[in-house]
Amino acid sequence: MFLNICLYLLVLSNFLLLGTARVVQMTKYTALQGFLLAILLFHFGHTVLTVAVLLIKGLVLPGLLWRTLKKMPSEALICPHRLVAIDVIAGMAGLAFAIWLDGRLGSDLTHNLFPELFLPLGLTTLFCGLILIIGRVKAITQVIGYLAAENGIFLLGMPLMTQGTTWFELALLLDVFVAVFVMGIAINRISDSFASMDVDHFRSLRD
Amino acid sequence: MPFFLAALGIFALSALACLVPSLLRPSKQSAHLANVLGLLGTLAGSVCGLLALFWPGQPPLASFQAQLGLPFGTFSLALDGTSRIFLVPVFGLGLLCAIQGFLSLRHERPSQHNLGVHWLFYLLLLLGLTLVLSARDIVLFLISWEIMSLAPFFLIDFNDSDSRVRDASWVYLVAAHLGAVALLAFFVLFWQCTGSLSWQTPVTNLTETQRTLLFVLALAGFGAKAGLAPMHIWLPEAHPAAPSHVSALLSGAMINAGLYGIIRTVSLLSPKGIPPEWWGWLILLLGLGTALMGILKALAQSNVKRLLAYSSVENMGIMTMGLGCAMIGQSLGNGWMALAGLAACLMHMLNHATFKGLLFLAAGEVLHATGTVNMAQLGGLAKKMPVLAACFATGCAAIACLPPFNGFTGELTLALSLLDGSSLASTERQMALLLSFAALCAISGLALTLYAKAYGMVFLGSARSGFAENVHQKSWHGIWPLMVLALGCLALGLLARFVFLGTGMAAAELFPMQTLTGFSQARTSLDQSLTTVAAISGCVLLATALLVALRKHTLHRRGIRFMPTWACGYQRGTSRIEYTDASFTEPLARVLSPLMGQKVSISQEPGLFPRYSQLLVKAPDRLRRYVYGPLFAAIESVCNALKIFQHGKIHLYILYILATVVGLLIWGLV
Repeated sequence: MFLNICLYLLVLSNFLLLGTARVVQMTKYTALQGFLLAILLFHFGHTVLTVAVLLIKGLVLPGLLWRTLKKMPSEALICPHRLVAIDVIAGMAGLAFAIWLDGRLGSDLTHNLFPELFLPLGLTTLFCGLILIIGRVKAITQVIGYLAAENGIFLLGMPLMTQGTTWFELALLLDVFVAVFVMGIAINRISDSFASMDVDHFRSLRD
Repeated sequence: MPFFLAALGIFALSALACLVPSLLRPSKQSAHLANVLGLLGTLAGSVCGLLALFWPGQPPLASFQAQLGLPFGTFSLALDGTSRIFLVPVFGLGLLCAIQGFLSLRHERPSQHNLGVHWLFYLLLLLGLTLVLSARDIVLFLISWEIMSLAPFFLIDFNDSDSRVRDASWVYLVAAHLGAVALLAFFVLFWQCTGSLSWQTPVTNLTETQRTLLFVLALAGFGAKAGLAPMHIWLPEAHPAAPSHVSALLSGAMINAGLYGIIRTVSLLSPKGIPPEWWGWLILLLGLGTALMGILKALAQSNVKRLLAYSSVENMGIMTMGLGCAMIGQSLGNGWMALAGLAACLMHMLNHATFKGLLFLAAGEVLHATGTVNMAQLGGLAKKMPVLAACFATGCAAIACLPPFNGFTGELTLALSLLDGSSLASTERQMALLLSFAALCAISGLALTLYAKAYGMVFLGSARSGFAENVHQKSWHGIWPLMVLALGCLALGLLARFVFLGTGMAAAELFPMQTLTGFSQARTSLDQSLTTVAAISGCVLLATALLVALRKHTLHRRGIRFMPTWACGYQRGTSRIEYTDASFTEPLARVLSPLMGQKVSISQEPGLFPRYSQLLVKAPDRLRRYVYGPLFAAIESVCNALKIFQHGKIHLYILYILATVVGLLIWGLV
């Protein structure tokens, strides 16, 4: 029951991410996803990872994003509303595809390896992250999309975790942390050098 | 084999050593260091290589095997007769070209050219060539082929400040890689069909379709390197652009690798050593077409190096004709044609390496002395540079098949091979081979015209422009490698009998021809003919030497007066009444223009005494203009049309990835 509520909340957080146009709000939902992941880990009994995920995904990364947001001009923090609607519909399609995929992959794989609903949830989160990267044109939303996609991968990897893989997951976390750190610096630099944070404008940089 | 491995090691190590001066600040010292390192590396490597080829008491098939360190493929080398014969020009010509290169690069400004890089790629080219000609594993062969194909790009691009040179090097690179694509397809298919990576054992388990497909792919891939028509277009671009010692090596040694590939493929793919008859006819026809096209195009050139490049195409065609003739003989059981054809092919390859190397190096010296190789601006160089003129004349006589030089012996063997076509079964075959013989005669005649023009325009008469008047003199110390090659032309001509026996042995290793009718007869009678030719040549040479000595002796005591050359009754001849290269070719060009598209244009003032008139003979490469040009333009426009996918929107690129992943998932699960 508890697990199902957590999973439900995670799906909800995905659609909240897709459904809001405001970057500030999106950062909060990212933090929420981090907390939910930590709770799931605690439920499965991975104490060390719980602490690490809570710290990095729940506090440090959203904090870094928050710091970056504060330095950016306010018009850079609103995405076009037209895109938001398309993103939500695409997210729904992603959810439907994930459930279809779960059915197609066959009961053997799914039931031996994943608890019920785990595979479609992981895939949905992954798709939602990718949709965020594709659909939103602000540089900062790309980072948020990247984080969501990584959460999806993390969810897919969670049932595979045994004692030995803790270090592996920790290393992955460190990886993500460094990636977001670098992206934060890059975005700061970009906002210093260019008039717009719109990634559409990066196309002037192509060969 | 130890000498051979040492040669490979020396090439590789000295190539690495040349990196050091290439990274230093450009100065006179670093350039000198690079020059010396490059020369020493080539010298040591080539001498080791030549020792490996000629050391007495070696087994006929020396081999070596080691691990390559890759998941597939071994470092498997072997030296059989064919490999040895093809390696002779690589080491011999490679060494002489390196010496000549060393002599001429001494005067380059270090700030303009990085000589370290030049020598690095020169040594890599030699390394690649050596490996290609001895590799017995497909993977090793392809790797070395790529080394051998890439290195000339940087060598051709030596004078990279000139946009035409850059253009030429790109043409070369594209042509080389289009050939490499065909080769890659060939080898992958070969591997798939035979299940083996060996490039040594004849394959038996192939269907007819697979065999045909493999043969066509190999012909396209190796033919592009050999410069067979219609894949020859890189030669006339690359050779004039490259420094002369590089052109000489490319023309004398590298394009042979294409021929080697064709020979090796045919010998491996032929079921029980007997190629299908139509392969032979196809190769003979290709060779004939290439030779005719090459010589006719060469006739219309006014740039000496471009002329030589087209002449290389022609000579490659003659070698291919020999191979084709041998394959026809082999498939029809005619030992005479098989032995003489293949021996002629290999002999002409060796001969071509000597005289074409000599001619390219001589053209380079002309360029160095005058600053141009355009025949319309040269003339009268024989009086100023007699040694160079003598070397060039030797090369011209050799390539125009005049006895006693070596060009004659190779083509004589080929002609005798073609002539035996009259003993074949059906009239069509007899007709075809006799017509090929007639075409070979025409080609040789045209070659004589061509080289009469080349030598006459550059060295005879009087200077046509300031270029030829203000000559930068050079003593024989600067051109002694040319004299070695000129002597080589004579020696190979006089010792043609031994060359024939050696190449004949290699030919008999490639195809099982000893049991065919006429084989032993061919060996003895050709041996005899070549001995007779050498004996007569020797007598003529001796007589000539005696006559020259007699003339010198009789003129010794008389006063000699020098007068201007008699020219149609004019007492004071000027260069304006001399033949030009265009007027020399014009009668032929008018006759042959429907065949090969030479364009003759005369522009002059009307009236009886025109003050101005000009005659131009041009042979635009129609293949490049009407086939390759539009083809590549079409490919470019298709590629440009694909740019709607490359719009620079990064997030949409990620959409492509997502769409692909989702598509693959659906495809895999439905």
